Amino acid sequence: MGRLDASQLAAQACTRNGGDATRLLQVLIDVQEKAGWLSAELISAVAAELGVPRVRVEGVAGFYSFLYTEPVGNYRVLFSDNITDRMLGAPELMDALCGKLWVERGKLSEDGLVSVDTTSCTGMCDQGPALLVNGRPLTRVDHRRVNQIAELIRRKEPLYAWPSELFRVDDNIRRRDALLGPDQRPGEALRAALTRGREDWLAQMRLSNLRGRGGAGFTTAVKWQACRDAAGADKVVVCNADEGEPGTFKDRVLLSSFADQVFEGMTLAAWAVGAQRGFLYLRGEYRYLLDHLQHVLARRRSAGLLGNAILGETGFDFDIDIHLGAGAYVCGEETALLESLEGKRGTPRIRPPFPVTHGYLGRPTVVNNVETLAKTTLIALHGGEAFAATGTAQSTGTKLLSISGDCAYPGIYEYPFGVSIEHVLEDCGASDVQAVQVGGASGMTLASYEFHRRIAFEDVPTAGAFMIFDSSRDMFEVARNFVHFFAHESCGFCTPCRVGTSLLDNYMNKLASGYGAKMDLADIEWINRLLRQSSHCGLGSSAPNAVVDALVKFRPAFERHLRNLDFEPAFDLNAALAGARTAAGRDDPGAFLDREQETTR
Amino acid sequence: MDNAARDARRPKLRVATTSLAGCFGCHMSLLDIDERLFDLVELVDFDRSPLTDIKHCGPCDIGLIEGGVCNAENVHVLREFRRNCKILVAVGACSVNGGLPAQRNHLDVGACLQQVYQYREGVAGAQIPSDPELPLLLDKVRPIHEVVRVDYFVPGCPPSGDALWKFLTDLISGRTPRLSHPMLHYD
Amino acid sequence: MSRQFLFDGQPVPFEDGQTILQAAHAAGHYIPHLCWHPDFPPHGSCKLCIVKVGGRHVSSCALPAKEGMEVESNTPEINGERRALLQMLFVEGNHFCPSCEKSGNCQLQALAYDLEMLTPRFNHFFPDRPVDASHRDMLLDFNRCIFCELCVRASRDVDGKNVFALTGRGIHKHLAVNAESGRLADTDFAADDLAANICPVGVILHKRVGFAVTIGKRKYDAKPIHTVALEEGE
Repeated sequence: MGRLDASQLAAQACTRNGGDATRLLQVLIDVQEKAGWLSAELISAVAAELGVPRVRVEGVAGFYSFLYTEPVGNYRVLFSDNITDRMLGAPELMDALCGKLWVERGKLSEDGLVSVDTTSCTGMCDQGPALLVNGRPLTRVDHRRVNQIAELIRRKEPLYAWPSELFRVDDNIRRRDALLGPDQRPGEALRAALTRGREDWLAQMRLSNLRGRGGAGFTTAVKWQACRDAAGADKVVVCNADEGEPGTFKDRVLLSSFADQVFEGMTLAAWAVGAQRGFLYLRGEYRYLLDHLQHVLARRRSAGLLGNAILGETGFDFDIDIHLGAGAYVCGEETALLESLEGKRGTPRIRPPFPVTHGYLGRPTVVNNVETLAKTTLIALHGGEAFAATGTAQSTGTKLLSISGDCAYPGIYEYPFGVSIEHVLEDCGASDVQAVQVGGASGMTLASYEFHRRIAFEDVPTAGAFMIFDSSRDMFEVARNFVHFFAHESCGFCTPCRVGTSLLDNYMNKLASGYGAKMDLADIEWINRLLRQSSHCGLGSSAPNAVVDALVKFRPAFERHLRNLDFEPAFDLNAALAGARTAAGRDDPGAFLDREQETTR
Repeated sequence: MDNAARDARRPKLRVATTSLAGCFGCHMSLLDIDERLFDLVELVDFDRSPLTDIKHCGPCDIGLIEGGVCNAENVHVLREFRRNCKILVAVGACSVNGGLPAQRNHLDVGACLQQVYQYREGVAGAQIPSDPELPLLLDKVRPIHEVVRVDYFVPGCPPSGDALWKFLTDLISGRTPRLSHPMLHYD
Repeated sequence: MSRQFLFDGQPVPFEDGQTILQAAHAAGHYIPHLCWHPDFPPHGSCKLCIVKVGGRHVSSCALPAKEGMEVESNTPEINGERRALLQMLFVEGNHFCPSCEKSGNCQLQALAYDLEMLTPRFNHFFPDRPVDASHRDMLLDFNRCIFCELCVRASRDVDGKNVFALTGRGIHKHLAVNAESGRLADTDFAADDLAANICPVGVILHKRVGFAVTIGKRKYDAKPIHTVALEEGE
């Protein structure tokens, strides 16, 4: 592309985004959709167009996995690398596709046509193995589909002409309760809240004791009240739809089939706190839902449910913008999400101050999870007391579980809080279960002797992921997958997380390749402790959870990978001689190092 | 109690030393303890060491390793020390973190050999030496703790004679060795 | 009556808005730090300044002091964790002190001396980070970067130039300069910028002044960093 083309593309994208530098990430996504990748010229052009330093644009472009600063193929295939996809055969399928396309994993094919690589969990665990092709999710990959995909790519078939069946995404709702059960008419909940009046609406929220469904479990009414009481008139409501936690896909289903409830929840939050501006931050993997969501927003605007004087209430002005993420799990952390919304690198902020007083562009901001917001419609409709009547005292209402892994019926299950693990396992048709990972990669690994425990903030808290492993699975490999995920997703801001997650990844790979020693387990435990105690945000402090749990509950799975009870190097000494051996053309005994004959003390 | 009686009660420790990918600067520094060398030989016997010219290490109490691990021979020697020494000590920057030789680690070793032996000006037609007597280079120069388990570390390029003396006397007398400002230096 | 908290059992007075680190330093108690600088708002990335408050680890550079807090800092536990964080920084980059012009003036090195770090302990990453010697007066050796962003902040907030920013993510994060060519020579960087004189390690170096002071006679050779920092308000 010439510099002139770059300038034109950048100018158009910036115009579409109002020339607003806080929309830098949206501009880059837009430009890339046209140009394929972000060349140095494009980055310069965007910087010039928005009037921001070039290096800032480069910094943002380099942060997000789905922004490319190197040339990419016309077809970019990314296999979801969650453990559940792997258990369904994703690695072998990826190798098969690479073979058929004559391309090496992670490299652009020589003709520039295609690249094949992995990406973090795409949220299709109930219908995996899944992949993204040019950002679009393709589900239920098997060898037949691999052949089909290879053929379509070889024929250079444009994506829109691919069979739509390939891109079918099912909701897979298996158990419905308060939220997923009854139909709600758009505006119904909002009307009910307006009728109650703002004070009573907040009172109902308090009565409901609704707690955040994103995992942390902070009381929603307290957050709303704090934002409402914060100084500043231009308050903001943000819906966190950056559902990146591996094994979680409930927000995908809510956004697909219950988008009205989600937007209505945002509007209810806006009414409570007095916000005029709303954002839905949609993870890049769910880009395929954008048109649908925009359509719902448009319909709600014309129905008077968004915009000025909502439902005729003078002064109740609120509208919602959708911002796209671009492949960064850390942006699910609320302050990183705010940075990303402002068009920056998704680095978590120092807290305090908290978003309720200093959020988006320093304004008082409420950030709530998709499911939390959808739940508020139930409180508006039926009152706080009715909501609090289900669940447990500390965990009121229901919880959506995203169930995947070794079971007969993966999908979405809505249960009142307090349901036991064994009850869930029975419902989804799981047998011979060795472990359940609740809450995703950052959650808890539960062994069979803990299956009497209950899903609740006070016992087993969860953002919704529920991954099942039967006795044929290697729990070391499960932990290794999660460790690798965190190393890939660490934003790199703080020392312990940036270096610690990579060190952990290296140790786990060392064990996996058969070079493990007991000393490594001690090192792993020491790094775990540092990560937990000194990380800047929840990503780092929860990164070692799966390893910590697995080392306690499935230690033999680790010990099986140990070669030596004391010490082994992390690399193959003999292989390290290969370069010089080849260069010197030697094959005498002295040109090799035998690891067996000289074990260390 | 006089010194002789005290020494008689404590058997002499056996110490081995060697230099791998090092410059012998750390050994020179050991000589820098000057007249304290006389005190040292009252406390220890030297096994394999450039000071004794013993070629192979026997069972020892303490092994001092200078230099990082850059080739196959370094690996053999280091393993011999680890097998024979109760306590293995990394002495000096190269042993502790690879040091100066490790600054080749971002280069491809094959390309490096070609550059030096084949493509350099004035060596036209030459071959990369392939004599089995020559130890092969590892792809990266490693600190010794990445190849064997190491018990103690004395950084410095080289560590000063005073630092080595402090470290050894601590170790010999059974105190956990401690180096603090100004004895602890990396340069 | 002035308010106070307990720092390793010693009462330390503080004013509203002061962080634990600021108040502790003002009272003559050193807390290790790398990314914190008295002239800039807290950054909180290096985590060397972690302390324990009520059993929880917090960054003392960022947390406002509160009446009656009980802060633990100079304990074997916390110093052990700080040493491990230093070890992480040492294996992440290429830190060869004997060949570094910053040796003796380097805060990373001085802190490692102070915390008696004898080994990098972990396996080295040995990353490939080419140097940028394109600028007339300045040299960039990325091998030593610890991502404190002091140059980024100084250039942006004081020099008004935005010469630096970080790009990449996680372990691949790296410093970038404000030029399409990626070369420092093509920026408006100048030797008298604050950003040219604020690097706590040996990344941003002035040309033609190397080894003007001999090794062994430099800032932290004479006195440990905990003394220097309190004397010079760093």
